[in-house]
Amino acid sequence: MRTGKGARAGQYLALLGYLVFLGFPFLWLISTAFKPARELADLHPTWIPRHPTLANFRQAFDEQPLLHAALNSLLAALGAAVIAVLIATPMAYVMARGRTALARAATGWVVVSQAFPFVLVIIPLFLILKDLHLIDSRAGLVMVYVVWALPFALWMLVGHVRAVPAELEEAAAVDGAGRLRTLVSVTAPLLAPGIVATALFAFVSAWNEFFFALVLLKTPQKQTLPVVLTHFIGAEGVADLGPLAAASFLATLPSLVVFAVIQKRITGGMFAGAVKS
Amino acid sequence: MRTRTLVVLAVLGLLLTSCTDGGGGPRGVITLRFQSLAWQQESVAANKELVKEWNAAHPDVKVEYVQGSWDSVHDQLLTSFEGGEAPDIIHDASDDLADFAYGGYLADLRGLLSERLTSDIPRRSWEAATFGGGVYGVPFLQEPRVLIADAERLKKSGVRIPTPERPWSWGEFRTIAKRLSGKGTYGVAWPLKEPVSATLNLSLSAGGRLFHRGPDGKVTVRFGAADAVVPKTVHDEVNTDGSASGATLGMGGSDTLPGFFGGRYAMVPLGFSYRQQIAQQAPKGFRWQVLPAPAGADGLTQGVSPQTLSVAADSPHKKEAAAFIDFLLRPKNMVRLALGDWMLPTGTQALRDPALHTAKDGWATGTALASHLRPAPAQSVRGYPEWKDKVATPAFQEYYSGAIGLAELRRRLVRDGNLVLARYQR
Repeated sequence: MRTGKGARAGQYLALLGYLVFLGFPFLWLISTAFKPARELADLHPTWIPRHPTLANFRQAFDEQPLLHAALNSLLAALGAAVIAVLIATPMAYVMARGRTALARAATGWVVVSQAFPFVLVIIPLFLILKDLHLIDSRAGLVMVYVVWALPFALWMLVGHVRAVPAELEEAAAVDGAGRLRTLVSVTAPLLAPGIVATALFAFVSAWNEFFFALVLLKTPQKQTLPVVLTHFIGAEGVADLGPLAAASFLATLPSLVVFAVIQKRITGGMFAGAVKS
Repeated sequence: MRTRTLVVLAVLGLLLTSCTDGGGGPRGVITLRFQSLAWQQESVAANKELVKEWNAAHPDVKVEYVQGSWDSVHDQLLTSFEGGEAPDIIHDASDDLADFAYGGYLADLRGLLSERLTSDIPRRSWEAATFGGGVYGVPFLQEPRVLIADAERLKKSGVRIPTPERPWSWGEFRTIAKRLSGKGTYGVAWPLKEPVSATLNLSLSAGGRLFHRGPDGKVTVRFGAADAVVPKTVHDEVNTDGSASGATLGMGGSDTLPGFFGGRYAMVPLGFSYRQQIAQQAPKGFRWQVLPAPAGADGLTQGVSPQTLSVAADSPHKKEAAAFIDFLLRPKNMVRLALGDWMLPTGTQALRDPALHTAKDGWATGTALASHLRPAPAQSVRGYPEWKDKVATPAFQEYYSGAIGLAELRRRLVRDGNLVLARYQR
């Protein structure tokens, strides 16, 4: 079916509108981060700061240990992403290929577990971690993030495994490849984009997570970035807007960088090498 | 392939190493965790300096400063209490303490605090942290609601400038707000995103209490003429006089500042600490002044929920924690904390400090209001949070926007309100 020029223009326009809609909060955040205090309270705010300043960034760094918190977040997010993928990948393979009642039940449970609100699990989780002496420990936090990310990671990866044609594995077997060889040389490369996407999901969800980090970590030196960001907010929601925007802008950068670097692998890598030469 | 495996293992090793946590401090030294909610730059600095001074003078009792946040303190404390991992010294607001006090999570401070501190803070402030006969927090900072006004516009209009000695009455305030209004401008902006506490606290000036405790200790809601003075003033300013902007009813205090600086509103009722933002954000040359909130039959009385310092019931070092609180709240230190937070100290000696009596930034006006501050009327009422969220907030919002009348507001606050409270008082 051919698309007319008018329809194509409409599609681009809609896409542009969507991008503007998505980009507005981020662009406004950047604009706010560079505005001096007086411009923040202007009745007629401007997109481009009239007197751009780095004062908000300086104040944010002076007031809070942002770099240290960012490092804590990075460790927790990387740890969660790596471990979640290592655990979820073989599980997903079994669930996708083994069409048993157990696999179906496991999938159902994964979906249901996504419906649990944080507040429901936090106190039992807190007590369990306390017994394990993992309160106020980065290892405890990583463990929680892995557990929290695992169901969705599993769900995502099951979809990716199912997208890899079983015929390819059968063909490899016909060619004489063993089970492990097939998995490593045929399935794993095709699954790579899915694994990367899943890792990215686990990374971003751990990077942004606030509540678990808030209640599990006591020592200030261990606090993660989302927790430290709330220190710019006072009673009744009053905020130190400039430094908060500056710190939030910096906090979004790692996710953006990771997305930018990995994006091509997610979209371009799908089915690369699927054709047998 | 091998290289990749090695890289993955190295990353995992690095992560596990970094996840290992260090050991504790030297033997025989008590370590107390002090969770502070200070958030403004000067306030955080003042708290940290005081902790440093304490640690320098007390090598055997080390205090560790932990930064908390107002936004999430209730949930975070609840989880910590349940898990037995609460900080030893807890900074919070008195209206958040009731559940923790009744739940047995906070230590009763009677007998732990020095006579100096106990007698320095007025009885009315202690009442804010007293639940069921026990004292569960030391109230140390508080802020009245004041009117922040555009000084030029006020001067040009020729209206009488109110003082704590001669405040405006609520009727006078309404007339003046009307006089200060013009084309596209309003005499007042009411930032009432959270309408309940603002309304109840200001209603004390007119003698409105709303909550009445019977001889059996049970609380009921009654809405009399005195309770209607403040709500009716706001309602009429918005819906009858057009002297208050309806658009600001859904805003927080900070949201109204651009309009205030831009000349859209002549006055904004705000908490005393908002002066810090105003001093920082007001355009150059913009002159603003602090006025007392209007007075009613009970004068300038208004309700407040002071900031408090408590000790966790689970803390094994309650005596030391109380000693630290005592140090933190010595008159000079209380002044430092108050100046850092742009609030008023509760201590009578601290309140006498000259730094709190300067005309600059309206300090003197605020300090003159300190003796009129009373505990917020509802903070010790069990079931208040539910009443506030489910009944009062929507009812006040609808009334202020003109969607319902006074009779309907009364019916909802009283009938629906008493049903809610009854469940908590069986």
